[in-house]
Amino acid sequence: MLNILVSIKQVPDTTNIRINPDTGTLIREGVPSIINPYDIVALSLAYQLKLRFKAKVTVITMGPPQAKNALKEAVEFGADRIILLCDRKFAGADTLATSYTLAEAIRFLQREELFDLFLFGKQAIDGDTAQVGPGVANRLGIPVITYVVKIENLDPIHRKIVVHRKTEKGIEVLEAPFPILLTCEKDLSPLPFVPLENILKAQRAEPETFNAEGPLSFQRDKLGLKGSPTQVKKVYTPELKRIGKIYNLDDVSLDDVVSKILDVLRERDLL
Amino acid sequence: MKEVWVYIEQEEGKIHPVSFELLGVAQRLASDLSGRVSALLLGYKVEDIIDEIFAYGAEKIYYLDHQVLSYYRHIPYVKGASELAKKYKPEIFLIGATPLGRDLAGGVATHLETGLTADVTELSIDSETGQLLMTRPAYGGNIMATIVCPHHRPQMATVRPRIFPVPERKSSIKGELIRESVELHEDEAKVKRLAFIPKEKAVNLEYAEVIVAGGKGIGSKDGFSLLAELAKELKGELGASRLAVEAHWIGYEHQVGQTGKTVRPKVYLAFGISGAIQHRAGMQNSDFIVAVNTDPEAPIFQIANLGIVGDWKKVAEALLFAIRKERSTDG
Ligand SMILES: Cc1cc2nc3c(=O)[nH]c(=O)nc-3n(C[C@H](O)[C@H](O)[C@H](O)COP(=O)(O)OP(=O)(O)OC[C@H]3O[C@@H](n4cnc5c(N)ncnc54)[C@H](O)[C@@H]3O)c2cc1C
Ligand SMILES: Nc1ncnc2c1ncn2[C@@H]1O[C@H](COP(=O)(O)O)[C@@H](O)[C@H]1O
Repeated sequence: MLNILVSIKQVPDTTNIRINPDTGTLIREGVPSIINPYDIVALSLAYQLKLRFKAKVTVITMGPPQAKNALKEAVEFGADRIILLCDRKFAGADTLATSYTLAEAIRFLQREELFDLFLFGKQAIDGDTAQVGPGVANRLGIPVITYVVKIENLDPIHRKIVVHRKTEKGIEVLEAPFPILLTCEKDLSPLPFVPLENILKAQRAEPETFNAEGPLSFQRDKLGLKGSPTQVKKVYTPELKRIGKIYNLDDVSLDDVVSKILDVLRERDLL
Repeated sequence: MKEVWVYIEQEEGKIHPVSFELLGVAQRLASDLSGRVSALLLGYKVEDIIDEIFAYGAEKIYYLDHQVLSYYRHIPYVKGASELAKKYKPEIFLIGATPLGRDLAGGVATHLETGLTADVTELSIDSETGQLLMTRPAYGGNIMATIVCPHHRPQMATVRPRIFPVPERKSSIKGELIRESVELHEDEAKVKRLAFIPKEKAVNLEYAEVIVAGGKGIGSKDGFSLLAELAKELKGELGASRLAVEAHWIGYEHQVGQTGKTVRPKVYLAFGISGAIQHRAGMQNSDFIVAVNTDPEAPIFQIANLGIVGDWKKVAEALLFAIRKERSTDG
């Protein structure tokens, strides 16, 4: 049986984000929380693998109490076990502290059974860092392949996988043994069809909650704000300053504006 | 002496241009710290590029040459870079925010237990504290955040390509080459490359001199054929806003902006693009911006050097016609 761990994050939907212009901070009221879109891809892939092979899927997230909703939604994608890491001491974590906390929790879960496949999103759309997946892999001492766009082959008998990884110049076809951590690109997996049964199950689901006191023990100084080497010194909204001239085609002729563009190109040797 | 390290990203002995851009900004940071710029080079038999790295401003090069490093793989590259950083303790360590660079940086920062600021677009030294100020867009470019890493070293950042200019090349300059060795084994790499499928047609947006870009205002896929003709005539590339990409009018590799590419062409021609902050984040460093939009209030006009309020299609057609006419009278 294939044993899969998926790590997801609940994020504000940045497409309708509003910023308080005086403080430069996020206005959170009324901003819906969603599962990070790349993590939805990871969940979809896990579900697809579950339908194809026999698999057990564990989903983990670290976040405030409402992150529970993201885990319940994961049950719709066939999650068998859901775990919420929730404690004020975890709060304010940067990527180093986040990867520490997640890796310790995963290590604890692996006392029962080892995972073959770890699925992370390519990046989270709030911070856009793409650092947590590689961070966790390095803490667990397992290989990682980032920007995966396709699973070409998964062989549960010989315990290995062949994937496509997107780079700037093309696609690398890579082979790796289990255990392996993958970070998922958008095109990796389509959304699955979710049966009604899963939706009903999701409504009743309750995550297991881990906090800073247990069931595992953490090094206090590596958690949350305290365990985060990076600090935000300042936030601000980028300013715009008008720098150029504007012409309206109601006032000037098309020939005029075209010749202005031609001048710009000519001055720069582009014609 | 405090060292500012730049990771030299190379594939098959070809240096990624972002490494030169970083050597440039590293010179400014090093001079503010009265330190020096050093380069970290990992690879297999890539001696040929050493002079290039000196020419763009490295005073020292730490070179780790090993067969296991013949192509990029996470485990051996992270191990090599981490061990050398532990040995020499740089003050600052800059890596390009490319797919390979981001993959590497996340691993190295974890081994060094230090902070890593992602996708940085501004760098400076705080004159009071001597700390590195790393500024980056967050929440899809809606806010800028300045991040510091006060108590851990090195201060690490991945830096977006095309934010900083390539410094002047000084071919006469030679620095000190330090050959390093770190124990690496093929088995511990774990991941093996079976094949490489090159991109069919490489879209070289980031380094294009002219970009002809379209947004939602273009209205359809057909609109992009007109822009494609214009781009071809100007030997440029096609760019697009996210909405145009999401409407499937054009491929993702053409997207400019926060989640797309950062570009710095000599001329950026924006047709029917509102200039949402996420789009501007990727193109505001262009040398000259021409914008055509029917809405005089569109934010793109606040950064355009030449703005035209009117129908994009009329302007694009007239421009194409004029360029062709000019060409035919020339030749
Ligand atoms: C996390 C995040 C990341 C993002 N990343 C990116 C990114 O990488 N790149 C990006 O571009 N966006 C990005 N966006 C999306 C961004 O917020 C906008 O949705 C997008 O840029 C708008 O695209 P647009 O300008 O084409 O469309 P619109 O904003 O709808 O603008 C269309 C414009 O065309 C004008 N117009 C209409 N008809 C005509 C005509 N006939 N002639 C001339 N003008 C006309 C209209 O007046 C309007 O100004 C991101 C958003 C988020 C949340
Ligand atoms: N708080 C978190 N809890 C669980 N997984 C996370 C968390 N933060 C990040 N991740 C995972 O790491 C990936 C990359 O996030 P980031 O490095 O923040 O861009 C996400 O797509 C998730 O899979």
